[in-house]
Amino acid sequence: MKRVKRRYLAVQLEMDGVPSEREFMDAVWGSIVRLYGEVGASLASMVLISFDASCKVAVIRSSLDMLDSVRVSLACITSVAGRGAAVHVLSVSGTLKALFAKL
Amino acid sequence: MKRFFVDLHLKFSPKDPNFLQAMQRAADFGYRYVSVSFSSEPSREEIENLTVACNGVGVEPVLRVDLCPRNENDLMNNLRRVRRKFDVVCVFCDSKVISRQAAKDHRVDLLNFPNFDYRKRFFDHSEAGLASNGLAALEIDVKPLLVLEGSMRSRFLSCLRREVVVAKSFGVPLIISSGVNEARFMRRPREMASLAYLFGLGVDEALAAVSVNPLSIVLRNREKLCSSFIAPGIRLVGECDGL
Repeated sequence: MKRVKRRYLAVQLEMDGVPSEREFMDAVWGSIVRLYGEVGASLASMVLISFDASCKVAVIRSSLDMLDSVRVSLACITSVAGRGAAVHVLSVSGTLKALFAKL
Repeated sequence: MKRFFVDLHLKFSPKDPNFLQAMQRAADFGYRYVSVSFSSEPSREEIENLTVACNGVGVEPVLRVDLCPRNENDLMNNLRRVRRKFDVVCVFCDSKVISRQAAKDHRVDLLNFPNFDYRKRFFDHSEAGLASNGLAALEIDVKPLLVLEGSMRSRFLSCLRREVVVAKSFGVPLIISSGVNEARFMRRPREMASLAYLFGLGVDEALAAVSVNPLSIVLRNREKLCSSFIAPGIRLVGECDGL
């Protein structure tokens, strides 16, 4: 069976206040579902790896094939939990170790 | 070679209280050149103040004027009046007659079409043919991609995809700008490029649309506005007595 290649994205959340992990991921999933539909979103295989509420930095895992789509979906986020927000990709890497080294 | 990123359509006026904050944000995001729109002709003092303020945060201001002419004559009069005073001239094409005239005119740098009315996006083969003979580039604002949803966004993307194919086939340069008037809608250059993936631009083309293409327009016009400019490729380097 072919191994699924993955990428880890470190993202910076910009908004007033701090959302919960669930609210953040709801916004991410909502954005990708609106853009690519449920089938497209399922192909992204997104998982929240970590969420640092103090500096509002999250790490998300996605499949390599859908990386461009995930980046677009993150750029399209304009609100989280009903409050105006923006999500910026800080770094992308193939391993968590390399990702944290880049941050 | 280091890539300089350019956003030619930030809709913040220098009189806007959030202007400096937006410029600071643009600098943080990695933009080197950021456009500043003027509705009327700016005075020398206004330009100097603006340059000092923008250089203080690390961005270089690009003077831009957005023309919304009522008819062809109005467009010609406006172009005659503003061309030598601004770095970038953009024409907002609200009708087919204006869009055709703007595409033909060598003084026009950017063609912008209404974002929320797809019937008024007149960038077709004829328009692209005229624009490729002139110097005009097609400007695409990404703000509608952020604020529209559902069928409206699908329709907008469909229009953009068609326009991009036409522009590429005629060799018309594409410029991706933000078109935002709120800081929260500002995006980093690479995020703007990734949004271009939605309407069929590859990574290199998208990055060129936020860096090389707009920068070439700015530099070309600045060279023309320089007092030593004579013709493209010819400039006065000095005067010599006794020849």
